[in-house]
Amino acid sequence: MALAALLWCASALLASAVAAPLLARHRAASAFVYGISLCVSATGLVLSAAALLSPASLGATLVLPVGLPWLGAHFRLDALAAFFLVVINLGGAAASLYALGYGRHEEAPGRVLPFYPAFLAGMNLVLLAADAFTFLFSWEFMSLSSWALVMAHHRRPGNATAGYLYLLMASFGTLALLLAFGLLAGASGGYEFQAIRQAPPSSAIASVVLVLALIGAGSKAGLVPLHVWLPLAHPAAPTHVSALMSGVMTKVAVYGFVRIVFDLLGSPAWWWGALVPLLGGVTAVLGVLYALLQEDLKRLLAYSTVENIGIIFIGLGLALAFEANEMTGAAALALTAALLHVFNHSLFKSLLFFGAGAVLGATGERNMERLGGLIHRMPRTALAFLVGSAAISALPPFNGFVSEWLTFQAILLSPALPQWLLKFLVPAVGALLALSAALAGACFVKAFGITFLGRPRTPIAREAAETDRWSLAAMLTLAALCLLAGILPGYFIDALAPVVEALTGANLPRQEQLDWLTIVPVAQSRSSYNGLLLFFFIALAAGVGAEVIHRFASRSLRRSAAWDCGFPDPSPSTQYTAGSFSQPIRRVFGSVLFGAREEVRMPPPGDSRPATLEVRLRDVPWDVLYAPTAKAVDFIAGLLNRLQFLTIRGYLTLVFGALVALLMVLTLWQ
Amino acid sequence: MILDAFVQLGEMLVVLLFSPLLVGYVRKLKALLVGRRGPPMLQPYRDLLKLLRKDVVLAESASWLFRVAPYLIFACTWVAAALVPTFATGLLFSYAADMIAIVALLGSARFMLALAGLDVGTSFGGIGSSREMMIASLAEPAMLMVVFTVALLAGSTQLSSIAAFMQGPGVGLRVSLAMALVALVIVAIAENGRIPVDNPATHLELTMVHEAMILEYSGRHLAMIELASHLKLLLYVSVIGCVFAPWGLAVSGQGLAAYLTGLGVYAAKLAAAGSLLAVFETAIAKMRVFRYSDFLGAALMLGILATLLLFVSRIAA
Repeated sequence: MALAALLWCASALLASAVAAPLLARHRAASAFVYGISLCVSATGLVLSAAALLSPASLGATLVLPVGLPWLGAHFRLDALAAFFLVVINLGGAAASLYALGYGRHEEAPGRVLPFYPAFLAGMNLVLLAADAFTFLFSWEFMSLSSWALVMAHHRRPGNATAGYLYLLMASFGTLALLLAFGLLAGASGGYEFQAIRQAPPSSAIASVVLVLALIGAGSKAGLVPLHVWLPLAHPAAPTHVSALMSGVMTKVAVYGFVRIVFDLLGSPAWWWGALVPLLGGVTAVLGVLYALLQEDLKRLLAYSTVENIGIIFIGLGLALAFEANEMTGAAALALTAALLHVFNHSLFKSLLFFGAGAVLGATGERNMERLGGLIHRMPRTALAFLVGSAAISALPPFNGFVSEWLTFQAILLSPALPQWLLKFLVPAVGALLALSAALAGACFVKAFGITFLGRPRTPIAREAAETDRWSLAAMLTLAALCLLAGILPGYFIDALAPVVEALTGANLPRQEQLDWLTIVPVAQSRSSYNGLLLFFFIALAAGVGAEVIHRFASRSLRRSAAWDCGFPDPSPSTQYTAGSFSQPIRRVFGSVLFGAREEVRMPPPGDSRPATLEVRLRDVPWDVLYAPTAKAVDFIAGLLNRLQFLTIRGYLTLVFGALVALLMVLTLWQ
Repeated sequence: MILDAFVQLGEMLVVLLFSPLLVGYVRKLKALLVGRRGPPMLQPYRDLLKLLRKDVVLAESASWLFRVAPYLIFACTWVAAALVPTFATGLLFSYAADMIAIVALLGSARFMLALAGLDVGTSFGGIGSSREMMIASLAEPAMLMVVFTVALLAGSTQLSSIAAFMQGPGVGLRVSLAMALVALVIVAIAENGRIPVDNPATHLELTMVHEAMILEYSGRHLAMIELASHLKLLLYVSVIGCVFAPWGLAVSGQGLAAYLTGLGVYAAKLAAAGSLLAVFETAIAKMRVFRYSDFLGAALMLGILATLLLFVSRIAA
């Protein structure tokens, strides 16, 4: 029932994608498309949330006679799919609401409107698919429609390169997934997930599939070193699409990984639990360090997505390590932490991108060095962005803290793991997670502080106006959800129970019956956290403190020039900039990791030329991995170029030689 | 239950009332050590009262965030400090936040403070915020590694359980704990802006961190921030006391005498910690800014090493 309704939702989105080009010249086209997307996503959200909360309705399957003739298209709604459907439909609804306002400024609506609902439909179908063909088809559909959205403003400098790189990496990822499913289906070719589940592959093949799934899903999610396309492509799209790509599409990639590795592959080997958290930890720290060094607000947010994907993969990897050692309770905790972070990150990353889009709409600027002081002109956007910044920096009482806290609790259960490698690795991963959490704080002090605080650095920033009502509604809703998920995490953890139960066979204790809505992952004596009480106490202490002081001490206030140690300078260029804010951190971490070099050129005395400071950074994954690969591909292509200019005799010989070679292989094989 | 509530209330008041005294004591002792007479120990209270009665002079470019931040900073720090067992365990709300959450609450306070430093748009505020976040980016992970070490030993991240475990017979002398103690002391010094990381006494020096962020604050706002920083110093001393010297903590259900003893012992702990801090600060010189990373990196490495040792030694157990 719910499954059929969800498929109808996806078809409604596809229909509006088809209708959009016909309407594109009409004035109300964008309101029409985004309005439909909003209604359909909201319906999808209600349906999937209802399915998740009443586990009896889960497990429905449906076969449609489309796709491969002997296979058909299989769809299934289980707990895992329902949870991810909640995430993407919530993100989709918020983005559509935002776009009702934001999309009106679109200069080329014809390039955005048809692909936007198609993109949403593609993501929905990936989650519902229950056979390899449908999954890969929807996955590719999602990739291509998002590629079209990245290329919407293809004439802007850099966007074409970003689109090209994205297409390349997306095809590479799909290739890996294709091979993974090929191996899973085996020689008999059972492409339905149910068939794969019943015949899990041998351990050697399972390991190859894991690596392929890491490449395929990891390249879409942005795992280091497969992340290079992400910070270029996500910011290039229109902002509501950036929010969808960063906040939601990366979650579809996480879903792909969870589906293959936790559901289809059978029981994991212990070394998977070493590989995945290590990749996650490295991704988290490198992602946030890159983010800290950015000046472009949207690119900063995209790099921070890389960081959060790292945090999610730390949780997933720990769950694998625990599961391999049959510590199901601990596996349930780690998986809950990862999935909760999936949900949380989709909330605050969408919110932050919306904020960046509002700033972009009001000023036309993405470069923080040319912004500043926007809190005076855009107070509501600033408030929403502040909530998002605090949440993503894992600060209580917001939601980001809860999922990172749960991940820490999972790490604290890991000394019981028997393997030596894990014993060395897990504390190191814990340190990487702690480091990335602290650096995320610095990163978002910079993002909020330089953009919204201080004095305006340019006339555009000085004259910015508050954004429209639709955008504000979307941002404030998400901000409220960030707070809600932070102070009432027990309900959200309970909602995850059927998913975790299905994948690990265990569960956390029920949270909602605990006193005062405390969350207790293992046992009360071990650890507990109560966001509601903390929020209440902070509000009470701040409120009572302010009230008492205003009533009994003093409430007078006068405005005057800034003190600034007695030498206030009216020029806004004397403020700290984005570059100067991150300079100490660049010096501490960057000199080793990025080979950062600073060079100051002082002209000799008497010379009137200005002094210059030049900072050079190396992008290590690019230099080590991508540049040589590109070079090698270029070289081979140059060699193969000769094949284009053969005579007909030459081609015939080539065909004959190939045929003989293939026959030889076949004979030797048998 | 009712007793726990009283203990919780007492705890909140004790940290609030004792924290300026600790700062006054350290200042007085430092002055005596360098041969000055120094201000009386009650001077921090007088400063706070004076600031509370003064007008606020607000920079023209300051936003609402600048006016809200002091109260939030104070609230986060006070809540965090009130959840650390000082003289008694069995606080009514100790389950609301474990050690990780207390560290994160201090992180919330720091986040607001760093933003407030950027709000007016002066170069001093920026330099303070930028450096504060750099220090925090090393100190916070180091602190979390200390938490890991202690939590792995005690099997809990709740401070009350940790204190109970540390008083018990199962602890013994451990290398990990020694490393964690050193790391925690380094973090405490850095987070509270004490010498050699920052100098709490200077106000016009390019190396200042905390004072640079709050340069534009005045009147009641400044009082709130000062009080929060006093509370933070007391909090770190209490955490060190609660984890590494948990003697004399009254346990829930004991009589009034136990609580009074607990208070006395706590005061003695504060005096001892304050004296050590004063002697240490007098004996050492301030460090260059870019040496901080070595200093704090040492704490981080000690923390990781301590955790690693525990992970590895578990195999024998």
